[in-house]
Amino acid sequence: MKNKEPLILAVVVVFSLITYYLVEPFAHHVLHKHVESEGFVYADLPALTKTGNVANGKELVMGAGACTGCHAVEAVGMPAAMEPQMAAASYGVNPPDLSNAGAIYDAKFLADLIKNPAHALKVAHKFDATKGQAHPMAPFSGAGGDIEQEVADMVAYLQSIAIKPEAVTPKIAFENACGRCHALSYEKWTQLGEKPSFKYKKDALAFDIKVLEYEDSLKAYMGKLPPDLSMYIRSRGEHFISTLIENPQNQLEGTAMPRVGVTAQTAEKVIEYLEDAGDTKRHEREEIGKNVMIYIVIFAIFALLWKKQVWKELH
Amino acid sequence: MAHFTKATSVKDWLNQRLAIDTIEKVMGSEYWIPKNINFLWAMGMVLVITFVLLLVSGIFLLMYYQPNIETAFYSVNFTIMRDVDFGWLWRHVHGVAASVVFLIIYIHMFTGIYYGSYKKGREMIWISGMLLFVAFSAEAFSGYMLPWGQMSYWAGMVITNLFSGGSLHADGLVEWIRGDYVPAQAFLTRFFMLHVLLIPLAILGLIALHFGSLRIPHVNNQDGEEIDFEKESKRYLNGDKAGSKVMRFANDFMSKDMMVVGVYLIFFFYLVFYNYGFAMDPVNFDPADGLKTPAHIYPEWYFLWSYEILRPFSVDIGLIAFGFAQVIFVLLPFLDRSPNTVAANRRGLFRIWFWMMLINMIILTAMGKLPPSGIYSTIGFFAAILFIAQWIALPFITMFEKKV
Ligand code: HEC
Ligand code: HEC
Ligand code: HEM
Repeated sequence: MKNKEPLILAVVVVFSLITYYLVEPFAHHVLHKHVESEGFVYADLPALTKTGNVANGKELVMGAGACTGCHAVEAVGMPAAMEPQMAAASYGVNPPDLSNAGAIYDAKFLADLIKNPAHALKVAHKFDATKGQAHPMAPFSGAGGDIEQEVADMVAYLQSIAIKPEAVTPKIAFENACGRCHALSYEKWTQLGEKPSFKYKKDALAFDIKVLEYEDSLKAYMGKLPPDLSMYIRSRGEHFISTLIENPQNQLEGTAMPRVGVTAQTAEKVIEYLEDAGDTKRHEREEIGKNVMIYIVIFAIFALLWKKQVWKELH
Repeated sequence: MAHFTKATSVKDWLNQRLAIDTIEKVMGSEYWIPKNINFLWAMGMVLVITFVLLLVSGIFLLMYYQPNIETAFYSVNFTIMRDVDFGWLWRHVHGVAASVVFLIIYIHMFTGIYYGSYKKGREMIWISGMLLFVAFSAEAFSGYMLPWGQMSYWAGMVITNLFSGGSLHADGLVEWIRGDYVPAQAFLTRFFMLHVLLIPLAILGLIALHFGSLRIPHVNNQDGEEIDFEKESKRYLNGDKAGSKVMRFANDFMSKDMMVVGVYLIFFFYLVFYNYGFAMDPVNFDPADGLKTPAHIYPEWYFLWSYEILRPFSVDIGLIAFGFAQVIFVLLPFLDRSPNTVAANRRGLFRIWFWMMLINMIILTAMGKLPPSGIYSTIGFFAAILFIAQWIALPFITMFEKKV
């Protein structure tokens, strides 16, 4: 009698694979809209035409541009004007420290942001100045000279004080680009910064109250509280988050989350940080996976040899 | 009282008290298995191994899991996945095994259907097998509640809602099952109890019943041959191992079982480390939120076919169709009226019935995950009708089957 086992195995494998294909790749394709990455080129924003002057930029950032009226720049010794929960009470959200803005954000994006925040952030649907809904970050309308030049100067200044783009760590990337809105509790991050360990319960509670106050303002500003992103790398996956960062409107039309305008490199770092939070053991998994596979293959070979030996006498 | 002599060895000591030699013979070396069976008959052993993997990994998870709606999600996703050494490994093993066990159960079931292994004295094997299927389904569903993620909550909501019985409006029953108006603490605690105690106990008992029911009829074989086990086993014991039509369970068939288990474990651990996404739904990594309905609510893949039988109809008819689908497989031994216990490919119309049933269940499974609209809804509707029609037709097409 001829051996039918290979044929049977093929039938089992083919039906299993068809089922897998239908309930996984195919169903995902139908259920989720597919958004291609645009490579973080921000093609809708005009290119910078002028070369910036750092010294001039410094004067504008500290002076006529009024940036430091709202933003801290700790790198050059400019502290925040108010505590974060106070700032959030006035602006809806704490204007981020600009120390590393030059490394985190795309230059074209920064230039457009300074001139027209609602446009660059893609929240014009929420903030229409003609209807009296001004964006909390006041647009810069020029300091008397060529506005394009002035903006380029400020961008150049921000780039000059920032750490090198290569030095941006996953943590810095996340805290700067997302940290004012999103908590990341599995990494102890709150919108006010990393939660310290307090000696007295009273202090811990006081901190929590500030966080809650901050979140109340943020919720009023955004319409809903931005979610804690601790497990989002598992619930949404890398591709979704990456394309969401690039342009939230592509994934969630009409959403209040702004386009944050980070460089491709920063986006990668942000993703890495989310992996550290929600898929912490991925390296260990690869490592152990390899060893287990080797072990199991050896086991299977011994099992095969044993079977051959036992069955020799049976035919 | 029995007569005990001074033991000559540890084995002898045990033998006098526990008859371990007899046990070994009954369970292993003189448990006779036909030789003409293929690797599909090793699926039972693969199921045993997978069940052991579930049990062991489950025990480890149980040491850190907290059945509390405030902390359950955190205890799973932070404590077990990050804090505890190798917690992630146990969770992935448990999650993947819970999904793969159903793949193997379906292969095992369809093997039984194909070879007619539910007939002629094997009815109790089939019925105890179906009870195992029900118990495993309950085990999988209750386990899915435990991480208290979005899918836990909403699948729990949708499935318990089925018990209102459509227009019967038995809302009291639904509340009784949940212990509350909506899934909440009482709900989580009771499903925790079911998952870690009551259902596993039932499964252990059912496995014993399943094995016991195999004893008298013996396992079937791929040629539908009626084997005289008395005669053939004597032949084997008299030294004609090659000429006998049967072999010992241990070590003869067990060595083949282990070979199949080896190959299976390669596949299994590949999934655990490199392709676990299908078994751990992304949506369930969002914490439960009773105010935010997920865009798509669907059960795990192994429940999709019966879910799809529920969906395309109006509520009441859907529930009846769903109830039908749940029980009809148990009745297979009695609906199949043919005297033939042979492979389906030798059984005329039943051959077509078998392959249509298999393909249709895959179609139902695929449609069960997709949104119930447009073409998918139409396909699902006809597939569900076909499923029911096939079962109604079964007694008739088998009644007139020619004896082979
Ligand atoms: C009136 C207060 C105010 C002034 C003045 C201001 N900003 Fe802002 N800025 C904000 C607020 C508020 C936000 C946060 C907006 C949000 O997240 O919706 C912000 C956000 C930013 C961001 C982060 C944008 C992103 O993509 O996440 C940068 C960079 C920035 N401002 C740079 C500047 C620079 C440069 C200047 C000076 C030209 C400036 N801001 C002036 C209030 C201000
Ligand atoms: C100015 C505040 C703000 C900033 C900065 C911000 N987000 Fe958001 N984010 C939101 C809001 C608000 C939502 C809720 C959006 C909704 O549901 O429409 C959100 C939602 C999300 C979601 C969930 C989307 C979903 O599917 O529900 C992810 C993921 C996310 N943000 C990632 C990020 C990342 C990564 C960054 C940093 C690169 C970031 N966000 C920066 C406000 C912000
Ligand atoms: C998940 C728990 C189960 C376990 C651990 C299990 C185990 C086994 C084992 C060890 C055997 C003998 C070897 C073999 O033929 O594979 C067997 C046989 C059998 N099982 Fe199961 N089984 C399970 C579920 C089921 C289910 C859900 C069904 C379907 C209703 C089923 C139906 C059968 C039948 C019909 C046989 C006899 C096969 C034959 O005689 O050829 N079993 N089972």
